[in-house]
Amino acid sequence: MFGYLRRSFVPAAWLGWQVESNWTDPFVFFVFSILKPIASVLILVFMYRAVSRVGTESPIYAYIYLGNAFYIYVGAIMAGASYSILEDRERYRSLKYIYVAPIYIPAYLFGRAVARFLTGTMAVVVTVVLGVLFLKVPIHLLQVNWPLFFFSLIVGVICLGSIGVILGAFTLTVRAEAWFVGEAAAASLYLFSGAVFPVTLLPEFLQPIGFVLPMTYWLELLRRALLAPGAVGFPTMAPYGNAQLLAILIALTSGFILLALAAFRYFDRKAREKGLIDVQSNF
Amino acid sequence: MKPDTGWRLFLRTIVARAYPRVIGQQRVKKWVFFETVLPLIGTIAYVYVYKAISAPQDYIGFVVISGAMTAFWINIMWAMAAQLYWEKDSGNLALYIIAPNSMMAILLGMAMGGMVAASLRAATVLILGTWMFHVPFAVTSVAELFGVFMLSMVALYGLGMMFASLFLLWGRNAFQMSAVLQEPVYFLSGFYFPVKNFGVAVATVVSVIPLTLGLDAIRQLVFATGSSIGFLSVRLEIELLAVMAVAFVAGAKYWLDRMEKLAVREGALTDRRR
Repeated sequence: MFGYLRRSFVPAAWLGWQVESNWTDPFVFFVFSILKPIASVLILVFMYRAVSRVGTESPIYAYIYLGNAFYIYVGAIMAGASYSILEDRERYRSLKYIYVAPIYIPAYLFGRAVARFLTGTMAVVVTVVLGVLFLKVPIHLLQVNWPLFFFSLIVGVICLGSIGVILGAFTLTVRAEAWFVGEAAAASLYLFSGAVFPVTLLPEFLQPIGFVLPMTYWLELLRRALLAPGAVGFPTMAPYGNAQLLAILIALTSGFILLALAAFRYFDRKAREKGLIDVQSNF
Repeated sequence: MKPDTGWRLFLRTIVARAYPRVIGQQRVKKWVFFETVLPLIGTIAYVYVYKAISAPQDYIGFVVISGAMTAFWINIMWAMAAQLYWEKDSGNLALYIIAPNSMMAILLGMAMGGMVAASLRAATVLILGTWMFHVPFAVTSVAELFGVFMLSMVALYGLGMMFASLFLLWGRNAFQMSAVLQEPVYFLSGFYFPVKNFGVAVATVVSVIPLTLGLDAIRQLVFATGSSIGFLSVRLEIELLAVMAVAFVAGAKYWLDRMEKLAVREGALTDRRR
């Protein structure tokens, strides 16, 4: 069983990495990988500077910066699985061959998502280092809670990968407008997960959406792990301790893993019934 | 029947290439919905960032206007510049080159067809954003506002045609280039904050992107506090936009001719692996 999963996951991660990176030389690939996230975070930094009179000491500054930096993973991993279906099926026209190979498709999709985790990591690291060195983001290496950081990061990546499998499986059943699946999910979660502003700013009827999303707790845990206690100043999650937030994140992740397996079984059957595994929609 | 040549062929090509763009979007209504809703969600997120840092109401207006303008930049990068790459991928590019019509006319047709969808998207973001966040407009000159918008569009689509000429040569890197030019251009053009914040030197350099001056002038013309955050005077920005409009369209014609010859010589028009 383990060998079967490994045979599905490892080549998928390697293939994903090749598709992402082999269109150019490593230096250009690195520059392209970091340009977009850096520009994205600089937009927020300049928005903050244009208005704020209190400088970078305000807790909201670090909140916005780190939320945006780690959200790179959400777009990359979650939308990655969906795009990989789109690319394999319509662009490279190889999905039917992947389907007949002796591999486990959800593990394959997870592997493609993990490849994007690697490319996303470059962007996240550069963005955070840039913030600490030049943009006064208050992270002090000796005060960082490293065990909490790495544990939360890994649980979050597994959760994002599971959501990616759900989106990828759904993409199997969508024809002409498949491109929107990953983008729509990433854009919606950016708004509702409190990535760049506290969830409590949303209208009251929309706030519950933020509280059922694992990313809300994941981003809060990462912020708490990286920032000194004084730099985390928002009441949204104040009633919860780190252990409670971690428990919620683990529970939601477990739920999404089960949901991913069920969603794959359902959407895979639908796609086979409708003959959508090798469909062409002039992508 | 005598075949069309000259300006008649040019105009017919524009109509012929704009037609599938306009009709295509009517056929798949979901595209219209998602292409409108996705930029709106991004715009709303930026509005809440300004709310989180207690920004003046005019800044929320800046975001709504910029959210609307993103539709045109996305249209230029994905539906015009990168379009030649898609056409190469689907095997149509060689047909464009073989046909007796001008590549300028084909791109102009794409631009005009795409502008219908982009305008719909922009109008939706503008109307919904204004309604949801009570944006306080104080338009000082409708004529100047119209002039700024039209000149920005001509300059912008001229720039898009210049990009398209590069995409004749590129392969998969064209796709990456389109993706990577989104956020950096939003940043450098001061989409979500006054470009004046860059300081004079940087703001002058980034003014080569038509959206920078276009947005700066629009903000000055539609918001009460606009003149206090403007980089240059509206009149000077209009003059510079006019110069850019002529320069980019002329540059596009020159580069398209040159790149087409280069792409033919290097065999890049039909090679899908590049």
